[in-house]
Amino acid sequence: MLGKTAGGLFWLFRYLERSENTARLIETGFRIALTRPAGADDEWQSVLQTAAVDQLYRAKHGDVDQAKAIDFLLRDTDNPSSVMSSIAAARQNARLTRTALTREVWEAINEAYMALKYTLARPIAPKHLPEVLATVRQHSGLVRGAMHGTMLRNDIFDFCRLGTFLERADNTARILDVKYYVLLPSVTQIGSSLDNVQWETILRAVAGSRAYRWLTQGEITPRGIADFLIFDGRMPRSLRFTVRKIATNLAYLEENYGQRHPCHDQIDILAAQLRHGTIEDVFEEGLHEFLTDFLNNLGHLGGEIERDYRFLG
Amino acid sequence: MNDQSRFFDEMYAGQSEARAPYASYAEWFDSEDLDDLRRKSTDAETFFRRTGITFNVYGQAEAEERLIPFDIVPRIISGREWSKLTRGIEQRVRAINAFLYDIYHRQEILRAGRVPKELIDRNEAFLPQMIGVEPPGGVYTHIVGTDLVRTGEDDFFVLEDNARTPSGVSYMLENRETMLQMFPELFSRIKVQPVGNYPTSLRRSLAACAPTACDGDPTVAVLTPGIHNSAYFEHAFLADQMGVELVEGHDLRVVDGRIAMRTTEGYKPIDVIYRRVDDDFLDPLNFNPDSMLGVPGIMDVYRAGGITIANAPGTGISDDKAIYSYMPDIVEFYTGEKAILQNVPTWRCSEKDSLKYVLDNLPELVVKEVHGSGGYGMLVGPAASKKEIAEFRKKLEAKPGNYIAQPTLALSTCPILTAKGLAPRHVDLRPFALMSPDRITLTPGGLTRVALKAGSLVVNSSQGGGTKDTWVLEE
Repeated sequence: MLGKTAGGLFWLFRYLERSENTARLIETGFRIALTRPAGADDEWQSVLQTAAVDQLYRAKHGDVDQAKAIDFLLRDTDNPSSVMSSIAAARQNARLTRTALTREVWEAINEAYMALKYTLARPIAPKHLPEVLATVRQHSGLVRGAMHGTMLRNDIFDFCRLGTFLERADNTARILDVKYYVLLPSVTQIGSSLDNVQWETILRAVAGSRAYRWLTQGEITPRGIADFLIFDGRMPRSLRFTVRKIATNLAYLEENYGQRHPCHDQIDILAAQLRHGTIEDVFEEGLHEFLTDFLNNLGHLGGEIERDYRFLG
Repeated sequence: MNDQSRFFDEMYAGQSEARAPYASYAEWFDSEDLDDLRRKSTDAETFFRRTGITFNVYGQAEAEERLIPFDIVPRIISGREWSKLTRGIEQRVRAINAFLYDIYHRQEILRAGRVPKELIDRNEAFLPQMIGVEPPGGVYTHIVGTDLVRTGEDDFFVLEDNARTPSGVSYMLENRETMLQMFPELFSRIKVQPVGNYPTSLRRSLAACAPTACDGDPTVAVLTPGIHNSAYFEHAFLADQMGVELVEGHDLRVVDGRIAMRTTEGYKPIDVIYRRVDDDFLDPLNFNPDSMLGVPGIMDVYRAGGITIANAPGTGISDDKAIYSYMPDIVEFYTGEKAILQNVPTWRCSEKDSLKYVLDNLPELVVKEVHGSGGYGMLVGPAASKKEIAEFRKKLEAKPGNYIAQPTLALSTCPILTAKGLAPRHVDLRPFALMSPDRITLTPGGLTRVALKAGSLVVNSSQGGGTKDTWVLEE
């Protein structure tokens, strides 16, 4: 496979995952605004921060305002991580890697693009927001379904999966990091009513609310949430799960090509940390420090994969 | 409104009964509900949009992707008509290939005085770098798209030979795919020869021209200028259908005397490159030094037998419209036979008497640039305004050698589906021929382009033309 194609597939699925994650962040922010209007602006601030576009937003709009934040995250093509920009970038990469995709996958991506381009041509009124966000998630699901149902399980598939899980790991770690302070034991010890809603939003942002309740019989604790999102290998958006998937896909590539690269060493270290670590260790080391390290390592890994598989040259 | 009876209609030919090739189709059409058919027509557009069969229009915003309008009424050719065309095209392709070999080697045809020497020497499309080069398998024109027009029951003319990088074959394939999905019942009722083997034939044909440096199974790749090229969809489509890599210049480099592509496992040699990049952009070291689209040094590798380039560099000279005017001589010179397919009478404006005639009769003529393609820079006299003619006259007088002129042909029509039912529109036909060292393969069908405006004679997609599925019936 061409290095360029591998890179295109990797980014196609990163952007697709990003569109879905951004949609979920918007949903979470919107929900907070409905249920706790007083905290809404703070929530939008942390949503923008999680999406790593808060500076870009401030440069364009200044103060945080719900309608502008939603528009910026959803439709604004000045924001390279907006849902529209992500879907457009995903499709552009799909055109670039057309020969590596099945017709079904290509059509699902192309349809997602056409549907969203049409839907997002005008600002979205709050009453239509839930429906629009559901459309984003559905299209992402259709692409994933077409991919699982029709693509060969070869190196093409591995690069798609690497993009998906690298982006997802990054997203979950960011969500945790932006909100880490509400999860610190000290805060709860003080008994501040800081508060179920904040914890709830974290779970909602990773679509883990129901799963968490199901696993813990509804008992929501900050430690429990952190443990769930970092170490629970059953949770498809947890760090342990996503890193294990990255490791598996890199191992397939190693076996398939018969070549071991620096990225394999890096992922082995990262995977071992998450396999053997415990939430107690993390809190001891410092949650924020742990997450910062993790995000850095993930960034390096992405760069290493790009070099090892010659995405660019 | 034009008087339509001047034109040969391929479905009705001026009668109320459909011509024989269309008889079954007409019977089916008459039994169908018009509203249903119009709905199908809209479905077809949705289908094309979803599959992403779009083209980019030059001179418009980069991101602009357009659909070529598709008409659901097929253009039908009988098996007998097709066999004559086949023989004619094969003869012509063989002659063009022999002509190219000759002008890049001994130039017998120039010595014999059958084609004037200056037409070659002063031609931009003639590549001195190709002189004395032996293309692998002796093939220059791996893929040829011959533009044909029809004016009557037995009158087919070759309008243009496209031996450089003919495009449009993806529409031949996708149009058929669309028709099969929309009207499966028609295909059980009417025996249409399949076109779906084209990608396999293309791959086989290209692989058969592998260079001497190739050991084992030839690796084929398609070279595209990139995602913004007007025909990018087609490049990706063909690579996909052949199961080969779609590469751009920056994926390639010279490694150990071969052209190699950058893969996830390192650089791997390519044996045959089906390039959709023009000669001038192919190699910045040998041609246009500013080109970012090609591969530095590919011409040197080519000359040393390290890679096959399809079509061979320098084939563009046979697309030249002044050379075209000599095609009947060229066919006779190399095959010893009279040309089966007719040429359109052509005035070479470089010749004084011809120029005078052309200038005196501009409103009746079609004038084309000798190097032009895609319907750009041409004058269709009968459709042009006085002002347009006056402006064109100036360009023509300034550089007569740049132009040829032809009579405005009474192009045949074929009905399209309009809001009011069937209505005749002018059509042309581009069948695709594949040449390998041992054979020429012609896919039964081709690209039918149709002028969607009533009376218009310009069928180019860049000028608002559409396409139709082309059916060649079993004999």
